[in-house]
Amino acid sequence: MTLALPEPAALAAAVGGRDRLALARALNLLDDRRPVARQCAAAFLDALPAEKLDTGGHLIGITGPPGAGKSSLTAALIQVWRRRGLKVAILAVDPSSPITGGALLGDRLRMHASGADREVFIRSLACRGEFGGLSAEVWPMSLAMLAAFDVVLVETVGVGQKEIDVSKMTDTTCFVAQPASGDSIQFLKAGIMEIPHVIVVNKEDIGMAARKTLSELKNTLRRQMDPEGWQVPALSVSAALGSGIEPLADALDSHRNWLLARGQFNARRQRCQAEWLVKHLREEFGRYGIGLLGGEDALFIRLAEAPRRSPIAEYEALRARVIREIKAKG
Amino acid sequence: MTTQVKRDKPWLMRTYSGHSSAKASNELYRTNLGKGQTGLSVAFDLPTQTGYDADHPLARGEVGKVGVPICNIGDMEALFDQIPLGQMNTSMTINATAAWLLALYVATAERQGASPAQLQGTTQNDILKEYLSRGTYIFPPAPSVRLTTDIIAYTVKNIPKWNPTNICSYHLQEAGATPTQELAYALSTAIAVLDAIRDSGQIGADGFEQVVGRISFFVNAGIRFVEETCKMRAFGEMWDKLAQERYGAQSEEMRRFRYGVQVNSLGLTEAQPENNVQRIVLEMLGVSLSKKARARAIQLPAWNEALGLPRPWDQQWALRMQQVLVLETDLLEYGDIFDGSPVIAAKVKALVDGATAEMARVQEQGGMVQAIEAGYVKRQLVTSHTERMRAIERGDLKIVGLNCFRETEESPLTGGKDSGIMKVDPRAEREQIERLNAFRAKRNNAEVKAALATLAETARSGANIMPASILCAHAGVTTGEWSQTLRDIFGEYRAPTGIDIAANDDARGARAVAIRTEVIKTGEEVGRPLRLLVGKPGLDGHSNGAEQIAVKGRDVGFEIVYEGIRLTPEQIAKAALEEGVHLIGLSVLSGSHVEMVEDVFNQLDKVGLRGLPVVIGGIIPESDAKLLKEKGIAAVYTPKDIDLNGIMVDILNLIRKANDLQPVATA
Ligand code: B12
Ligand SMILES: Nc1nc2c(ncn2[C@@H]2O[C@H](COP(=O)(O)OP(=O)(O)OP(=O)(O)O)[C@@H](O)[C@H]2O)c(=O)[nH]1
Ligand SMILES: [Mg+2]
Repeated sequence: MTLALPEPAALAAAVGGRDRLALARALNLLDDRRPVARQCAAAFLDALPAEKLDTGGHLIGITGPPGAGKSSLTAALIQVWRRRGLKVAILAVDPSSPITGGALLGDRLRMHASGADREVFIRSLACRGEFGGLSAEVWPMSLAMLAAFDVVLVETVGVGQKEIDVSKMTDTTCFVAQPASGDSIQFLKAGIMEIPHVIVVNKEDIGMAARKTLSELKNTLRRQMDPEGWQVPALSVSAALGSGIEPLADALDSHRNWLLARGQFNARRQRCQAEWLVKHLREEFGRYGIGLLGGEDALFIRLAEAPRRSPIAEYEALRARVIREIKAKG
Repeated sequence: MTTQVKRDKPWLMRTYSGHSSAKASNELYRTNLGKGQTGLSVAFDLPTQTGYDADHPLARGEVGKVGVPICNIGDMEALFDQIPLGQMNTSMTINATAAWLLALYVATAERQGASPAQLQGTTQNDILKEYLSRGTYIFPPAPSVRLTTDIIAYTVKNIPKWNPTNICSYHLQEAGATPTQELAYALSTAIAVLDAIRDSGQIGADGFEQVVGRISFFVNAGIRFVEETCKMRAFGEMWDKLAQERYGAQSEEMRRFRYGVQVNSLGLTEAQPENNVQRIVLEMLGVSLSKKARARAIQLPAWNEALGLPRPWDQQWALRMQQVLVLETDLLEYGDIFDGSPVIAAKVKALVDGATAEMARVQEQGGMVQAIEAGYVKRQLVTSHTERMRAIERGDLKIVGLNCFRETEESPLTGGKDSGIMKVDPRAEREQIERLNAFRAKRNNAEVKAALATLAETARSGANIMPASILCAHAGVTTGEWSQTLRDIFGEYRAPTGIDIAANDDARGARAVAIRTEVIKTGEEVGRPLRLLVGKPGLDGHSNGAEQIAVKGRDVGFEIVYEGIRLTPEQIAKAALEEGVHLIGLSVLSGSHVEMVEDVFNQLDKVGLRGLPVVIGGIIPESDAKLLKEKGIAAVYTPKDIDLNGIMVDILNLIRKANDLQPVATA
């Protein structure tokens, strides 16, 4: 029965125990907008095993222009990860139809290679026209998946500025460039686009155009460095032929190890959550609301120091404060 | 009247048939030949078409259902027992496994004492339209096109009277294509195939005209028979020009547009099925009236097309329609009766212009293969079909008995004990598996292994696949083994679904908006947007219905999960769980609905989703509908249910019921 809510602690334990039905129910719960469900969801997230959320698994974002081959590449990566014994969960964010609000969740089709494998779990999400191309549910759902899977990958469509969202809410971001499309290079050069941690040019099987795009990207990257000092690799792959996929998986893994080695992994996860909270607040209350909490910078600093808490509980607390402030003023 | 008028030679008259087993189909063929049928047209079952043996898990429920199962040379010999292949003209509707079935045919002929050079017939062997409409593809486009070209190159050299490929526009119309689209995509396919064979280097420049001359077509003829006549004339003109300009074919003979026909079935109705007889006869006129553009071979569907498989009597009736036209009317006594008509010429020109423009759009994308892979062509087809369905729903496109003049007397045709259709003996599957096991036990395994090794090596090396396949046929390799060997090397493919099309005006119409409002409201009541999984279990490739339901569902505000055709029940249950759907809608037209529903329920049980509402649509006889409901199916839909909005309201209310909410009423 959909309307009845699960018992949060039991659900969290089952998800931690890798029960597929429990994870499905948990994702449904995190998608549920009724106020009672939100409370239940907050309790559920709080009950998830903390170490998995803080430092466990690998949360990867894959983004790039429409049709670049993100889903095909995901399918290819799934195979490599499965061969390495890793269990994989995918969140595929699909654009919804602006006219009808309905949606066709088509990415699953391209990832079909996973067939009937029980160690692969794919949930599609319609982006429902909000949150800059990233569904608001992505962060809480990623956490639930991290509690049960080794690799969690989030696919989002993105051109230009919209990539920023996913790269701010994952451990590692991979940008898939479309050969012969100069857009991504322009965005990178102009600094409009957040620099991803790994760049791939897909479709190397088509030849010249892919090679040219790769060398242009490499040139651009030479001049742009990740502010934290991570050397961004640019790789060439073909999802169709399955070439270059192992090195890509290695590159993604290197970034995780780099974060771990510098002791930044946990901090990055916390930062992701802070980004989600601030973005969510801005959606609901605008800049004005953030101002009432002392402004963005101050908020980030406070959140970085705050004790660990589930995103929904934290959000509700912040929200309550904004509303109190508004009432106090009015 | 005493003087004998000179009449044209009539076309080949065929009946597309095959069922249960090679032996049963053989008997049917010999009876049909006895009735004056002049060629054979073999329908294979879906496991044979998709490269699985009868005992493969994916074959469950499909063996011998919609065609004859052929697992090895033993079956092929039984199929043509007492039919001398040296004299027969056999058309085989076979695509992904065409090289294999042709190899079995050649090997069988050799065992009968006929030489390959004597053989006459056709392998459909047009893989590109499989990705767009027919659905029995296996491998990705590149290796598939290579198999196609291998067959062409082989037959041109060794079986010169064979038609190695039948480029099909038939199936495109059945998936909703307009005449312009049929012309454009069939000819673009021909270009892709001919370019590939030229680039393969298997045929020298001097032999290329022969290849062009061996290309034949398989076309559809719809109810708008004047336009269809013009379409056929347009085909002839465009092919002639293409053959000459692009491929340098000099002789007129080699540039002639040779085609066979199956007339339209998409417009044949379940409601008042007797009206289909008129439709079939009128459709036949479109491909026979104009001598200049007359078909070489015709096969007609039966009056009970939308009810289920035809019985021998139904097929006989269809054959008699052709015989009456050929023998009783004066059609074959005249030259072309349309030459010189300005009305016809103008219509032909409009079709040629439209098709030429669309072909240019395909070429801009790099050609037909690329346009298919990018999803472009399939989206065009789904768009056209959606428009057709909406026009029927609104009543703008009139279909007598379906959306107008629906009142009817009781039909004596459907009243019989068999409800007016053929039912395949449920023992057919088990018996075929037993035959297969007996065959396997008797063969020389070392010889089989060696033949398969040769096949694998050939597949990898790029040499022509036919000789190795014929070797396999004689050695006793099975259909499943031949296909698996190539699956391992070429990989498998899933084609774009084409449902990601723009919403059309009906999505903004009052009815859709009203339903959408309720869908959104219910989503709020249950906490999250409503999700529907549209699933196609089994080997069935009929995707039209599923696509239309998916698009309509999106248009009224559902979130739709649809992964295309040919899923296992296990995959469907897995997707339902992972995607958190509120309802599953299955679509099954191939006749395996009972087995599929049982399996889907079993799998749902396994993942803990019993209780999730499940509905089904497709070709489902009344008696089976009752059975399915007893098994737990919440609703059954068949072709007469054309009110898609109404279906959506039903689905909404089923979801409400499952969540303890009262039903909503929307006008
Ligand atoms: C079009 C068609 C084709 C096209 C399919 C194109 C495509 N991509 O879909 C082509 C030409 C490719 C084709 C091929 C074959 N076909 Co065919 N085909 C038909 C035909 C003429 C119409 C089906 C159709 O598309 N109707 C239009 C759609 C919109 O209607 P629909 O699917 O019925 O859907 C409606 C309802 O049923 C319902 N519905 C359907 N699904 C769902 C799902 C949900 C969730 C819901 C709510 C509702 C719902 O809603 C729709 C709205 O009205 C039928 C006969 C007929 N007139 O019905 C034969 C028919 C289905 N085909 C048949 C056969 C045998 C074949 C072949 C297997 C032959 C062979 N041996 O090779 C091949 C192979 C196909 C394959 N790979 O499986 C048989 C099946 C026999 C049986 N069940 O006993 C039929 C009945 C013809 C016959 N009498 O022999 N076919
Ligand atoms: N030639 C070639 N084509 C590819 C490759 N990878 C993907 N494609 C094709 O590119 C198209 C888009 O692939 P998808 O994987 O759906 O791309 P996507 O980025 O997920 O697309 P959206 O989710 O719609 O934005 C499909 O037609 C693929 O077949 C590749 O490596 N080479
Ligand atoms: Mg995608």
